[in-house]
Amino acid sequence: MAGKHSKWLPLLFVGPALFVLAVFLVYPTIHTILLSFTKGTMLNPGREFVGLANFERLLTADKTFLRLNRWPPSGVLPTTALWVLVFPSLTVGIGLLIAILSDRVRYEATIKSIIFLPMVISSTAASVIFVFVYSPDLTKGVLNAAMTSVFPHFEPITWLGRKELANVAIILAATWTSAGLPTVVLSAAYKGLPREILEAARVDGGNAWQVFWRVSLPMLMRPLTFVTIMLTINALKMVDLILVMTEGGPRGATRVIGFTVWLEIFGNNRVGYGSAVAVILFILVLPAIIYQIRQIRQDLR
Amino acid sequence: MNLFKAESARGGGRAAGKPSWSHTLIELTRRGPVHVLLIFLAVVWLTPSFGILITSFRAPSDIATSGWWTAFDELGRLSLSNYEDVIADSESAPPGIAQNFLNTIIITVPSTFLPIFLAALAAYGFAWMQFPFRNTLYLLIIGLLIIPLQTTWVPVLRIYNIFDLAGTWPGIWLAHTAYGTSFAIFLLYNFFADLPGEVFDSARVDGASELVIFFRIVLPLSKPALASLAIFQFVWVWNDLLNALIFLQDSNMMPLSAGIRELLGQYGSQWNLLAAGTFISMIVPLMIFFSLQRYFVRGVTAGAVKG
Repeated sequence: MAGKHSKWLPLLFVGPALFVLAVFLVYPTIHTILLSFTKGTMLNPGREFVGLANFERLLTADKTFLRLNRWPPSGVLPTTALWVLVFPSLTVGIGLLIAILSDRVRYEATIKSIIFLPMVISSTAASVIFVFVYSPDLTKGVLNAAMTSVFPHFEPITWLGRKELANVAIILAATWTSAGLPTVVLSAAYKGLPREILEAARVDGGNAWQVFWRVSLPMLMRPLTFVTIMLTINALKMVDLILVMTEGGPRGATRVIGFTVWLEIFGNNRVGYGSAVAVILFILVLPAIIYQIRQIRQDLR
Repeated sequence: MNLFKAESARGGGRAAGKPSWSHTLIELTRRGPVHVLLIFLAVVWLTPSFGILITSFRAPSDIATSGWWTAFDELGRLSLSNYEDVIADSESAPPGIAQNFLNTIIITVPSTFLPIFLAALAAYGFAWMQFPFRNTLYLLIIGLLIIPLQTTWVPVLRIYNIFDLAGTWPGIWLAHTAYGTSFAIFLLYNFFADLPGEVFDSARVDGASELVIFFRIVLPLSKPALASLAIFQFVWVWNDLLNALIFLQDSNMMPLSAGIRELLGQYGSQWNLLAAGTFISMIVPLMIFFSLQRYFVRGVTAGAVKG
């Protein structure tokens, strides 16, 4: 183990990183929690102490944040819930499908590269690409053009301009950019499964389907949980795709919580109110942080 | 370990035994749906980028009158003139794509190496030194991995205003360094902890100090991990939009991502320029992907937690 060294030497090694993390992450998070109890602007944050008023307004009075008196519920929190329900499951589902099916074909490397490719381009580039794909102009939007050629009476749709469709459209774009993550993680995990167990299950008369559901899938639980949590966090934190594709529109329909922090702080210059939204976001992510710490603590022992 | 290539022992094993024609035919029919599904997904995944790539080579008049999917009939009409135009546009509408490209490099290079250096020092300390609260501090760093950056924006900007860091290159380097460090520590800690401790011990016996061990033994032994991390952080920073908007503010300092967002707002309909600009912003990440794919994938699978 570690050799004899001066008591202060470790500080030289871990000190700089700890200092930077304290200044840029730990202190700001605490400060933002304090700001959430205040009212103020960027030039004058924390001008006035308002107690829990920001939270009270967000959860009971701000119809753009949470509107429950009309079905279906609308506002930032329900939109965020839609994202959290659809985006991770769709993305993990596609990743799992490709990880397992590509294992049986000879062009495995190629197909995995194709799915992974969008992960290396910026969200901004991906946004531009999908604004083009979704264009209602039949000389540009390949989606509308394809639909028109398949269904003769199809009328081109403004995918990003309709309240009920815009979220689904951005979620599909987000899935396109992110499916590479579950694909490579699950593929690596699948190849690491003990082959004797899979063989034994097959010899015992299980068909491919049964072997998958009863044997492979349960053994993939840890990586599946891991990628699902990561994609859920990404959905909660999402800013850039929405900022570039719709800026939260049409009529606020695509405001998820991460984007709303951006909007309140930088768009509306309501720093206290935006900080309260950030604190709600932080509370939503907190279970994942605790889970992550517990996992690593187990590994350390 | 390359995640894309090889390792398909199960797939390869079947192919090895010289199948007869009829056997191949049976296999194909049985596997038909698998092939159809995979190829369908591959086509769906390629089409969006392919569309913007083809469009970037088409004349504005062609873009206005027909879809990019018809361009295959007249490949001779494709040209590089959109690229010339979007680069030349710099003079009429500063800063322009060329300046954005340069800014991206200025932002990205220090923002790649600084956090890796800081994190390597810290990861060595955490993996191989004894000090009070070591595990607690390490677990705190793990917690910081997934903290939403939204909770840091306003206070960090306050600090930046006090120290005149907003709108400066060191300001954006520092922000990327801070936001990249916890992930880098996590990745490097796992690698360093597996290094052979006996090597360090014998170096100590020979009188080497911890700093010498770190620079002469640990860093050289960790080249694969450092390379993965560098590539991952490089692409991450190259693609960043939000930190640039928050901490740089000045439009003359903006990177490519902000530049093409500007193009989208400015010329919502000039798809020739937009497509060329978008593709210019993708060139470097794509080159890295095609040449250093396995390092990049390793960075993603190792943590996959950053963001």
